[in-house]
Amino acid sequence: MRLGIAEALRSAIHGEMARDTNVFCIGEDIGITGGYGGAFTVTLGLEKDFRERMINTPISEIGIFGAACGAAVMGMRPIADVQYGDFLLCAMDQVVSQIAKLRYMSGGKLKMPVVMRAPVGVTGRGSQHAQSLEPYFLSCPGLKIVAPSTAYDAVGLLRAAVRDDDPVLIFEHKLLYGSKGPRQESVNFDASSEIPEEDYIVPIGKGIIRREGKDVTIIASLLMMHFSLQAAQVLAEEGIDCEVLDPRTIWPLDLDLIFSSVKKTGRVVIVEESSKQGGIGAEIGTQIAENIADYLLAPVTRVAAPNTPAPFSPVMEKFYIPQPERIAKAVRIMVNMELF
Amino acid sequence: MQKIIYKENNYDFESIEILKDIGAEKALFIYKRMLEIREFEERIKLLFLEGKMPGTIHQYIGEEACAVGVCSALSEKDMIASTHRPNGHAVARGLSMKEIMAELYGKTTGCCKGKGGSMHLGDIDKGMLPAIAIVGGNIPIVMGMGLAFKLRDEKRVAVSFFGDGASNEGAFHEGLNMAAVYKVPAVFVCENNQYGASTSRKLVMNIENIADRACAYGMRGDIGDGMNVLDVYQRAKTALEIARNGEGPTLLELKTFRLCGHSRRDPNNYMPAEEKDFWNKRDPITLYEKFLSQQGLLDSDKIQQIRKNVENEIEEAVKFGQESPEPEPEDTYNDLYINMEVPR
Repeated sequence: MRLGIAEALRSAIHGEMARDTNVFCIGEDIGITGGYGGAFTVTLGLEKDFRERMINTPISEIGIFGAACGAAVMGMRPIADVQYGDFLLCAMDQVVSQIAKLRYMSGGKLKMPVVMRAPVGVTGRGSQHAQSLEPYFLSCPGLKIVAPSTAYDAVGLLRAAVRDDDPVLIFEHKLLYGSKGPRQESVNFDASSEIPEEDYIVPIGKGIIRREGKDVTIIASLLMMHFSLQAAQVLAEEGIDCEVLDPRTIWPLDLDLIFSSVKKTGRVVIVEESSKQGGIGAEIGTQIAENIADYLLAPVTRVAAPNTPAPFSPVMEKFYIPQPERIAKAVRIMVNMELF
Repeated sequence: MQKIIYKENNYDFESIEILKDIGAEKALFIYKRMLEIREFEERIKLLFLEGKMPGTIHQYIGEEACAVGVCSALSEKDMIASTHRPNGHAVARGLSMKEIMAELYGKTTGCCKGKGGSMHLGDIDKGMLPAIAIVGGNIPIVMGMGLAFKLRDEKRVAVSFFGDGASNEGAFHEGLNMAAVYKVPAVFVCENNQYGASTSRKLVMNIENIADRACAYGMRGDIGDGMNVLDVYQRAKTALEIARNGEGPTLLELKTFRLCGHSRRDPNNYMPAEEKDFWNKRDPITLYEKFLSQQGLLDSDKIQQIRKNVENEIEEAVKFGQESPEPEPEDTYNDLYINMEVPR
């Protein structure tokens, strides 16, 4: 069946709740008949089958992630979500100091099987419903972080996350959900996939090559992965053969895959929707520099949002988000560098 | 909402009734536990001041009746969560003084294998979450533990210990509101020791009783005398029963006092002398000792004998802590993820 990410996640969550009675959802505006099913319809209607295990909360992010933490310690497997990733910042203590650290502080006695879901991406809402928070959590040991850019991966990573005994943070992109009805986004990019019947997972820590190429490796997740594919298409017509690598997991990074691709192409562009300062590109780029610098034919290049909050004006917003043209330009400069 | 009345309880007729109810053996056990905490803390203070113990210390001297009173009313499968000041709760919940001492020394034999330290004592297998040293941080977690018990229909109760300072945190508000909404089996024990570090509660809140905040959440509130261990025990027992029966959580405030500094070498000069005098006269161990003596359960010989036993146990614990092996530096990499090596 072909599903968008929102529908695919819904069906995967349904499957996990049916499989294991310890799995429950907790978040704002979920489990209400006639309601939203979360901000982007992911949990729409799940209350029909799981009334008791759809915990609708007050607008209390500390409470949501505290509840998830406490319940997980006691053997439950919560799927906690925020309406917008930015709201994770309200719960930073629970996520960073409690959920990520408690197992370690206990000397390895505790299990913390918490799944946290957070929508990211700049979407015409100004700067407080926009941030791509991956870099904040990338510097938080104890978490695993995934970012599915297709419905197939969303299902596989959700299942892997729920079945993992460590805390997993899932970043989902608002413009890739394919949400329908009144909660539909005004712009949508097709991230739908054929979802097989069988119970598959996508292993945490494994990236994928979305497009093979020999000249440049472009590393990108979520919406930036789709933009990178578009850029690669344009560049192919100019005779530049790009490899597009989707890490799928932000931590732990699939360095084997990244290194083997970059060794092959000798050039790498890392694309991200968050600001360049202290971003994912900084981590991946440094890993490459530390480990396989000898293979590089050109310096590591980052394409990222400016080091500012996201602006509202559609004109500025378009400038802020790395567009396919900007990615293509970075690749062109990099490839042409050897001419000098 | 009914106004919650607090009155000091210097072991009146009600205490005699409670004593009859619990019996001599338990009454003496409670006495010994309180002494254990006091002597343990006094010993740690010396070790720390002598520079023989790493890290920092946050001591529980003066508050022993709170931890022991509440923990004596728990069932085996109940859970507690503590704060940056966890020594008393750990001893009261039944962690051995050896594993606590070893943790304070950062040794592999410690209750957290040296990864927790003085502010994170705990052992999930003994009913105590590793202590949460972010003020108010354990309150939403305890709500979540209670939610798990409720979802699985288990007759267990989760208990949060925190101080007066934590009741000004957002986590307190979110945690208590949700606990009340979901009617989770939990008890929120506020040990009102009158000070958040050096700041008197009077400077940072305009109410006399923290338990009065319960009505804001539609939650049951109660206030006990934190210097009378039997009063604490009885009120905790009631709150636990209510929670266990699915009738919702309680905010139980205990009026107590820290008869020591906040941390490390704090000489608590910010506490007025008359205030210290007032609470020193209400030392929970002295009060209970006097009461048990009046009731014929203790005499000076027996007190000496119990004290001697406690001192011996503490000396053994110190020896154990000091002589246990240090972790390997590379052990730093263990115990973070369950099924994955830490990427280096």
